[in-house]
Parts: sequence; C-alpha cells; structure tokens
Amino acid sequence: MNNALPKNKRLKKHLAIMLIVVIGMFGFCYALVPLYSVFCKVTGLNGKTDGQVSSVRMKIDRSRTVTVELLSTLNQALPGEFEAQHKKFTLHPGEYVTTSYRVKNLTAQPMTVQAIPSVTPGLAARHIKKIECFCFKQQPLDAQEEKDMPLVFTVDPALPTHIHTLTLAYTLFDVTKN
Amino acid sequence: MSVVDLRVDHHADDHHDDHGPAKGLLRWVFTTNHKDIGTLYLWLSFIMFLFAGSLAMLIRAELFKPGEHIVNPEIFNQLTTLHGLIMVFGAVMPAFVGLANWLLPMMIGASDMALPRLNNWSFWILPFAFGILVSTLFMEGSAPNFGWTFYAPLSTEYGPPSTDFFIFAVHLMGISSIMGAINVIATILNMRAPGMTLMKMPIFCWTWLITAFLLIAVMPVLAGAVTMMLTDRHFHTSFFNAAGGGDPVMFQHVFWFFGHPEVYIMILPAFGIISQILPTFTRKPLFGYASMVYATSSIAFLSFIVWAHHMFTTGLPLAGQLFFMYATMLIAVPTGVKVFNWVATMLKGSMTFETPMLFTLAFIFLFTMGGFSGLMLSIVPADFQYQDTYFVVAHFHYVLVPGAVFSIIAAAYYWLPKWTGHMYSEVLGKTHFWLSFVSINLTFFPMHFLGLAGMPRRVPDYALQFADFNMIVSIGSFIFGASQLLFLFIVIKTIRGGPKATSEVWDNPHGLEWTLPSPAPYHSFTVPPVVK
Repeated sequence: MNNALPKNKRLKKHLAIMLIVVIGMFGFCYALVPLYSVFCKVTGLNGKTDGQVSSVRMKIDRSRTVTVELLSTLNQALPGEFEAQHKKFTLHPGEYVTTSYRVKNLTAQPMTVQAIPSVTPGLAARHIKKIECFCFKQQPLDAQEEKDMPLVFTVDPALPTHIHTLTLAYTLFDVTKN
Repeated sequence: MSVVDLRVDHHADDHHDDHGPAKGLLRWVFTTNHKDIGTLYLWLSFIMFLFAGSLAMLIRAELFKPGEHIVNPEIFNQLTTLHGLIMVFGAVMPAFVGLANWLLPMMIGASDMALPRLNNWSFWILPFAFGILVSTLFMEGSAPNFGWTFYAPLSTEYGPPSTDFFIFAVHLMGISSIMGAINVIATILNMRAPGMTLMKMPIFCWTWLITAFLLIAVMPVLAGAVTMMLTDRHFHTSFFNAAGGGDPVMFQHVFWFFGHPEVYIMILPAFGIISQILPTFTRKPLFGYASMVYATSSIAFLSFIVWAHHMFTTGLPLAGQLFFMYATMLIAVPTGVKVFNWVATMLKGSMTFETPMLFTLAFIFLFTMGGFSGLMLSIVPADFQYQDTYFVVAHFHYVLVPGAVFSIIAAAYYWLPKWTGHMYSEVLGKTHFWLSFVSINLTFFPMHFLGLAGMPRRVPDYALQFADFNMIVSIGSFIFGASQLLFLFIVIKTIRGGPKATSEVWDNPHGLEWTLPSPAPYHSFTVPPVVK
C-alpha cells in the first residue's frame, strides 16, 4: 500500500467517515418525513387537501360540471355514527357548496374525534378549496351527543379538464385523551 | 484475477512464537480472533436457521390440509412473522458475516480483522438480540404478529405489547450489523497484503465490500423506522398515524428504502461465493472479473432507487409506477452480466461435480429462475394480480433458499476442509445435495401455480381448490427440513474427524487461503505475504 498517511491514521480517518455516514443515514431517515410531505404536496401523492382558505370569489367555469362524492368511514370500529347529509353534488368549478356531516357519539362517555380527509384522484386534492370544514379541528362530543358539522367547499376552476368525478372521503378517528 | 504464487511453509514459520487459543469456554466469550468469531457467527446462524426452519415446518403442517389443525390463526401470524425475521436477520446475515470473518483476512493476507475487539462485541450482541426476539413467543398476549415487514398501523396501533421487545431486538441487530460492516470496510481498505490491489482481490472480498457499504447506508434507516414506531406507540408522535397528521403509507416508503437494499445485502455475498467456487471446479479463471465488480456495484446502486416496486398497489401516480417499473427491470442487466459470466466460466471448462460445485450449479440455475419471476413481478399491471399471493412467496424463496442459503451451504462444504483440516464425506454431501435440490423445488415450484390461481399469502387456511398443491408443498418442505439435519450431522462429523485435508484441498484452487495449512493455524499471515 503506497499511501502517504501511516496505517493507523488512515484507519482512524476511515472510521470517522463511516461513523458520519451511519449517523447521517439515521438522520436521513427522519428527514424523509418532511421530504415526503413536500413531495406529496407537490405531486398530490397521498390525496391530502390543503388547510382553510379565505372566501374568494372565483370565476365560475360554466362550461363544465364536476361531480363530487362525499364518503365517510369510521376508523377502528369507532362507536359512533358518521355520514354526509348529501352524498353527491354536481357543480360548476368555482361554485360554493354548503353542506354538513352528521356525527353521533354512541357511548356514555364524552369523546373527541378528528376527521382526516383524502381525495381521489390524488392529483385533484389541491384543487378542492375548503372555507369551512369540521376537519380543521378536533371535535368534542358529549355522551350520546349528535351534531351537524359544517363543510363549505368549492372546486378550483384550474382543475384539469380530464377529471370529471372527485371523491372526498373523511375518516373519523377517536383522539380522546385518556 | 491475479495468480497468487506463494508457498511459504507456515508450519515452520508460525509455530515459533505462536500461541493457540485460550483454554476453556470463556475463550469464546473473550476471543478477538477472526477465526473464532467466524465460527461463532456460523454456529449462531445454523442454530437460528434450524429454529426458524422449525417454525416453517409448523406453518407447512398447518397448511398441509385445508381447515384449522395445529395452530390457530393468531399463532399462525406469529409463526410467519418470526420465521421471516429470524431467517433474514438471524440465519442469512450472520452466516455471511461469519464467512467474511473467517475468509476475508485469509484472502487478503491479513493477520486478523482491522478491529478485533469491535468484532467480539458485534457478535456477542446477537445472542441477546435473538434471545429477546424469541422470548416474545412466550410472552402474555402475543409475539409480533404483523409479518416481517411490520407495516404500520399493524405494528403501531394494533401491535401486541411484545412489539417493544421486537423493536429493541431490531435495534441490537442493527448495531451489530453496522459494526460488522464497518469492520469489513476497515479491514479491506487497510489490511491488504503488499501487492494486493483492489482489482486483484478475490471477488468474494469485492462483493462483501459493496455489501458493507449497503449495510452502513440502510441499517440506520431501519433503526430510524423502528424508533419512529416506538415513539408513535408510547410518546404521542404521529409519524405513521393519520389522526395526528402522519401517513401510514410513509412507513412503507421508509421500510422499503431499507428493505430493498437489504435483499441485495442477502444476495451479493452469495454472488461472491459462487464466483469463488466456480473457477476451482471448472479449472478456469473466472470469466470477466472486472465486469463482475462493476455489475455488483451497479446492482448496489440500483437497489436504492427501486423500493416502491413493493408498493405498486398503494396508489402511486402513473409516473411513479413507470419509473419504478423501468428501474427495476434495469437490475436484470447487471444480474444478467453475472449469470452470463458464470456460464462463460463453465464453457469448455473441465468440470467436476464435488458437493460445493453441485450447490453452486443449483444456485446458478435456481437463482436465475427466482430472478425471472422477479422480472414478472416488476411489470406493474401483472403485479396488481400477483401482489400478496403465493407467487410472491415462490419468488422470494427461490432467490433466498436455493439462492442465498445454497451459496452458504456451498461455502461451508468448500471451506470446511480448510477450517477443520478434515475432508467431509462426499457420499453424504451428495446425498444432502440431491435431497435438498429435489425437495426445494417440490416445496417452492408449485407455489407459483398457487399464486397465479389466486391463493393469498399469510393465510392459515385456504379454499379447497388449492388443497393438492399445498399438500405437495408441505411434503417437499418436510423433506427439505429433515435434509438439513443431515447437513448438521455432516458438519459435526467433519469437525470430529475424517480424512486429512491437504493445504490445497482442491485441485489447484486460487487464493491466499489455500497457501495456509489445513486446518488454518490460529494466527495466520502475521507476516504479510507478498502478492505479485
């Protein structure tokens, strides 16, 4: 081996580099979390919608209609009832829809729930604009309480024209703190 | 590859101021000798192989006939999970590390590994890791039951309490693997004998060097993934919990970012072993040494950009599916180069068929079949049908059992005379080979048809239409399992005695290890040999 550094120093240098790689890759694993979020936001990969937007009047595209289907799922057999008041809307992009979801706590204890939205096709997710949504915050429910939770949304006229039907699905999670 | 022309009389050389191993059992606890540690790794791997194999026997016994017979579905899930985890982390990986410990210093003309005390530590972590993992089988509740891939939320929200022991065990295995890999890289980069340039190294050293780089790159990612699981389970984080803003699909991305390089960690050293054994029994140098090195490096690089082919049905966008499909197909090119080189090595060689050669030939033939079914799985529209069926089970068992495991068995037969100083019984070895070869195909080949006909994997019971093939598969697996007890017998018999092996063992093999006497002295190459 014709190396300028003595053997021991060389070994120490190699060890230092490898240790840095190991620690770096452990850090990279955690860095994957924000990277994944950014990547999903850009590509619409996981169908997550944006947060609240202020009410702006969009130019209504009367040349076409879009069908939005509203779904509801109870996660982990949550003891409750959860459904959309109207399950299907046909609208011109830019028109606002005001509707609500009905939720009921079937237990004798108070419960806190959180709804998580998901849009299919995923690429359309960022074109759903919500002014008001029960999913923006956790919803406390008293024992046996039933309530209507409002939802106001529209579809951005910038939605690609090949998309005619959107599915907006809410999954309800029990997030009660013990 | 260089022709090593060195015949030092080590008997005369090494025995002046040489000391043998310490006496007593504590020798094995305190040893820093690469040969001792290699032996420890290999025995641990063998014990784990037989243990995880017996779990597989229970699985096949349950699937012998439709209906519930031996274990209930809850136990069945624990069996498949621990079978997978222990085979991957306890049998295949430690076997390769054991071979690296035994062989690398002898192949590159070094006196020992670069970091002998780290070496001791990286081995002795493992019995504790697997003690913890196996103890979960006896815990109240359930052992880990979510498959070796431990997808969230199965392993986070739904995971049994013993999942925390699993997480800790994975951390320990990860630390051990990383230390082992650091040791391999440090040894190869710093301890080579004068004249042993990188491109003159035996190919096994090259494949291990590349594997070690994969290990230090992805084992920390696995450690990160299980740490996220741990904090999700107990410290109110939401990495994989949708209710808290996380995403369970992200778990699969993180897991397979580790998991795909991991499958190459389990096969690249096997490529190296095959490339060592084949030239000896064809009496020709390895065809295309340099292209083997480049092909191995390309496979290692590509392994980082194909992970999502395990996730085609999770709703990837079209562009993503196409990218991962083409990238996966691209791996067939360097792999094809390797298979071509092996075939070209055999061409016009004067071949003989001793036991290591038989396992090597079976490897080349059967691993290539497993590679082809992998190519089928890479096709997105086809994958939608094959996903989570027995076709996948057939594919990965073809590359892991007649692939990785056969290469380890071949290596054991090939170097056992060098390690023990005794020849194994060729008749018993060939019996072991033919029993294994026939039974492994009986076990895994019908699984292709089961999968194509729609039998899902990870089920304890199945529709009546799958009954006949499942019975054949189970019979094959029982024969294969029993044959490995014959292997155990052969190994013990060879250690205890047998015809004396010469220092060359085989007919003019190449490599520094064959210049040492058999059995290899406790300390070898204390004075580095000169490689021309």
